[in-house]
Amino acid sequence: MSDGFRAVVIGASSGGVAALATVLGQLPAGFGLPVIVVLHVPEEGGTGYLPTLLGERCSLPVREASDKLPLAPGTVYLAPAGYHLLVERDGNSLSLSVDEPVHFARPAIDVLFESAATAFADGLVGVILTGANQDGSAGLKRIKELGGTAMVQNPASAAAEAMPRAAIAATAVDQVLGLTEIGRFLAAAGACSSPPTSDRRP
Amino acid sequence: MAEWKQTELEALETDLLLEAIFRRRGYDFRHYARASLNRRVDQAVRRGNLAHITDLISLLLYDDAAFERFLAQMSISVTDMFRDPPFFLRLRETVVPWLKTWPFVKIWCAGCATGEEVYSLAILLKEEGFYDRSRIYATDYNRRTLAVAREGIYPAAKIKKYTANYNNSGAGDSFASYYHAKYDRAKMHDGLRQNVVFSHHNLVTDAVFGEMNLILCRNVLIYFDQELQNRVLELFTASLCPGGFLCLGAKESLQFSTVADQYEAVAKKENIFRRIYSHRKERRP
Ligand SMILES: C[S@@+](CC[C@H](N)C(=O)[O-])C[C@H]1O[C@@H](n2cnc3c(N)ncnc32)[C@H](O)[C@@H]1O
Repeated sequence: MSDGFRAVVIGASSGGVAALATVLGQLPAGFGLPVIVVLHVPEEGGTGYLPTLLGERCSLPVREASDKLPLAPGTVYLAPAGYHLLVERDGNSLSLSVDEPVHFARPAIDVLFESAATAFADGLVGVILTGANQDGSAGLKRIKELGGTAMVQNPASAAAEAMPRAAIAATAVDQVLGLTEIGRFLAAAGACSSPPTSDRRP
Repeated sequence: MAEWKQTELEALETDLLLEAIFRRRGYDFRHYARASLNRRVDQAVRRGNLAHITDLISLLLYDDAAFERFLAQMSISVTDMFRDPPFFLRLRETVVPWLKTWPFVKIWCAGCATGEEVYSLAILLKEEGFYDRSRIYATDYNRRTLAVAREGIYPAAKIKKYTANYNNSGAGDSFASYYHAKYDRAKMHDGLRQNVVFSHHNLVTDAVFGEMNLILCRNVLIYFDQELQNRVLELFTASLCPGGFLCLGAKESLQFSTVADQYEAVAKKENIFRRIYSHRKERRP
């Protein structure tokens, strides 16, 4: 496990709003990492209301991601409905795409996780929360392959257990925890992290 | 010697691949946004049953058919009729009154994919009564999708969604009056195509289009990195008449670009911008 965490990615599907509120609610103001989130939502409904809703339940600013947006620590970025959200390979900015849905989902968790794994390698924590499908498993596997940390919500405590179960089956997950514990783990990871600008490679 | 991570090797291989494609094939993907490009390169490697990205280099250098397939895969042409209905509503309400003041209206639809956006625009112009004094230049670098756009034949299964989009776009008629359905296909009426010029144009390597009153380039710039976005936005700025309008996709913006100060936002949420008359920097190629 790396001590120099650089970012957190979270994927959630059905039951995800409440789960996210609990996890994000544990993160203190001054949290040292960017948090990038894909939540499956119907394309027509949009995500317009979500940043406000989640923002009221946590101490960090929550905003909808836009194309080429630079990443800042202590900010939560939500994928907009109808777009895949990706991390550029330098790990400094986000991009969007309208490629075909993956697992019928756009945004897809796999797309975010795979791009973030490439960008942050062992500096990444990936978290799979409640959901009724398989999205995120391939992405979490990729995160592990590139040296990152994988966390999954305990299926027994999840509103929908299929997605956590699929993730646990796909790779050697580091932690299977309840929502509050996941939040606490992240809070600790973000507290002892080096600032994301410090490049650990020559 | 320093140890190389797998991701660093892949980044190097991708650089070499894009350089090879550019020099051998003339297509310049070097400044496409890497994150989504990586996904498609990965897919090409897997589909070809190859071990490394470098294996893809030799394949694409020597095998013309393989390169054509790769090219088709690189162009993400996912689109819709009246995609983002609120955008078309806003275009109608805010931009159309200005367009009507010009004696002749030239419109460039850049990155038109399979043409749904072009037909949507044509319908809007018809309903607003100035189609006959307009011309739409519809361009893309994908010849295969351009051929579909020219034909204007779409799966009937999509008509339901298109009709809903049309109805939410402030339209004044019935969507059914613009196509002819036969079996599982719907063919757009020829009259919609009359003032449309479809042509092959690569935004990265081809030249300026003269004196446009309106440019639509939606969901294309997200595939470019910031440097290429800037270059293409400068191309648009040089192609727009003073006071002309530029429309970007729902999640695209001028905010981080080098041309931001040459535009005013006409509709912030819908990303409609107007080229400012004053203090414009003339760029002559
Ligand atoms: C996702 S589609 C957008 C279609 C339509 N504008 C819309 O918003 O629904 C992106 C299109 O951009 C085209 N494109 C990508 N790079 C291009 C380039 N360098 N020059 C011209 N077109 C390009 C692709 O071929 C594809 O058809």
